[in-house]
Amino acid sequence: MRIGAMIKRIMLELSRDKRTLGLLFIAPLFILTLMYFLFQSNTTQQATLAVRGVDSTLVQAIDNKHIQIRKVTDTTVSARRLIRQHDYAGVLTQSGSKLTLTLQNSDQTQSALIKQSLQAAQIQLKMKAAGTTIKTQAAALQKLARALAAATRRVPTASAAPAGSHTAAYSLTTHYLYGSGDATFFQTLLPIMIGFVVFFFVFLISGIALLRERTTGTLNRLLATPVRRGEIIAGYLCGYGLLALVQTILVVLFTLYVFNIQILGNLALVLLINILLAIIALTLGLLISTFTSSEFQMVQFIPIVVIPQIFFSGLIPVNQMAGWLQAIAHVMPLYYGADAMSAVIEKGAAFSAIAGDVGILLLFFAVFLGLNLLAMRRYRQV
Amino acid sequence: MDNTIQVSDLTQGYGRTTVLRDINLTLTPGTILALIGPSGAGKTTLVATIMGMLKPRQGTVTVLNTAVPNRPLLARIGYMAQTDALYDSLTGAENLQFFGTMQGLRRAAMPERIKYAAGVVNLQPDLKKPVQDYSGGMKRRLSLAIALLADPAVLILDEPTVGIDPELRQQIWHELHALAASGKTILLTTHVMEDAEQADTIMMIRNGEAIAQGTPAQLTAQYHVATVEAAFLQAGRDQDAHRRND
Ligand SMILES: Nc1ncnc2c1ncn2[C@@H]1O[C@H](COP(=O)(O)OP(=O)(O)OP(=O)(O)O)[C@@H](O)[C@H]1O
Ligand SMILES: [Mg+2]
Repeated sequence: MRIGAMIKRIMLELSRDKRTLGLLFIAPLFILTLMYFLFQSNTTQQATLAVRGVDSTLVQAIDNKHIQIRKVTDTTVSARRLIRQHDYAGVLTQSGSKLTLTLQNSDQTQSALIKQSLQAAQIQLKMKAAGTTIKTQAAALQKLARALAAATRRVPTASAAPAGSHTAAYSLTTHYLYGSGDATFFQTLLPIMIGFVVFFFVFLISGIALLRERTTGTLNRLLATPVRRGEIIAGYLCGYGLLALVQTILVVLFTLYVFNIQILGNLALVLLINILLAIIALTLGLLISTFTSSEFQMVQFIPIVVIPQIFFSGLIPVNQMAGWLQAIAHVMPLYYGADAMSAVIEKGAAFSAIAGDVGILLLFFAVFLGLNLLAMRRYRQV
Repeated sequence: MDNTIQVSDLTQGYGRTTVLRDINLTLTPGTILALIGPSGAGKTTLVATIMGMLKPRQGTVTVLNTAVPNRPLLARIGYMAQTDALYDSLTGAENLQFFGTMQGLRRAAMPERIKYAAGVVNLQPDLKKPVQDYSGGMKRRLSLAIALLADPAVLILDEPTVGIDPELRQQIWHELHALAASGKTILLTTHVMEDAEQADTIMMIRNGEAIAQGTPAQLTAQYHVATVEAAFLQAGRDQDAHRRND
């Protein structure tokens, strides 16, 4: 009953604080929309690549809609000079079988485009070469199969499919396991952002709410009633958990219907992960607010507690980080949250696949909750 | 009969500083005690200790035969803090409802108790207003109403009459006397001598020590003065003189 009253009170207070409500529900959508347009435009990017003495097959293979090829014949100027003069993103020079790529590298995305395209081209050529060998091998195999079939004619086998049907020409078509060919960086970003947005806002708002209770004296007044410390925290958990749920549903609906992005996994799992992140953010926010004495001090914790979590949430692939950085990543709740969220949204992971992440998130929650109950002792010993 | 509040040899402080020394206090049911003393004397500290918000550093405090701090005991104490701790965006009625539930008041009894408590402090017409639109005195009155809400056996009121007009003060005292007559125990702090004179016993705290204790009549007789205020001032001078001699 007390927890119910706490929840009702939190809801009433919020419903009368239109700005905070706006912050909770409109700001995430605003941020996501902004990111959508920012990272969507990445796909139309082009890089100019100058080629000098490069085999035409390779040039053809490199050529795609992101690369503009410029043929250069003058062999006297240095690649660096060419780039400076013409503002090429890169120069590819071939002498014999040796390829030299010089990149301007003032815009890393362009450099990445060129490197990717070159790599893709080389793979494509290798595949083609492999294709031809396979073709000849296949012909030999077919002959062998025919001879074998003749030898075992009297044995009826169900699997006697005509082996000849596999000799079609090899051509490369790319299939994307997750997403599509025109998947953007935004799609990678989205699951991370869904988790982050909830984490950030719940952390800030719940932390400041408890802080205000302390500075206005209502927390002390509350502790002068027979309420249990656990009931206060439970009230906060349920109240803000509910808010996080609404916020997540809003963000997910927005993702589905405005961005038109598919969520491959179960929506319930998305909600579960976000609720977990929300209650972790909440307990962390409450915990930190007990060590601050003003809203201003609370805000000072954002660069320490919240911002670093973004870096380790998968925006930068964690498994490519230095060892000690990876260790840091593993103490960040958002790392596990974003990992699970990406798995569900992009790969359609089932619960069993994210159970490990969920378990660790629960552990974070349990630890923060315990610390909160201890911290509350500062205000009332029983 | 059992004592409702019993404070024995209490020493209390914050961190390294000692705020209260050797405080002894006994309250029987149906009595009103007024704590008076200069600002910073330690009245609020004593009240907070009796509430169990602070653990006694030395000595014991029992309320209703239960040693504090004790959480379930708080359901039987009506408390009004020195600073108004109210939810500004909620209305008066919503504040009463919330704290009533927290205090453990049953839902069925709520409307009637809210009507009674708001009535004592003349707040019924303003219950629908958000507290942020209240005047200072209205907030004090709402805090007092919250303390009265759950019909507690013990009332602990920290400066309940600040910002309350004379007419309403009379009405509140009328109600406090009625409550005491029905067996409730009331402990309040005040800087207003008229309030202190209304109490059955007065306890003076100065520099963390209880310098005088007794009924208003006893105190004026003890210091050979006409008013409680004069007795209070005289007691303070005596304490200073005593200290200089040490
Ligand atoms: N939370 C605290 N931490 C440290 N010292 C405190 C704290 N609260 C009060 N004090 C100190 O304890 C002493 C007594 O304070 P207390 O609030 O009990 O005084 P008071 O008698 O209620 O005064 P007033 O009449 O102004 O309300 C003061 O010297 C004050 O500085
Ligand atoms: Mg005080």
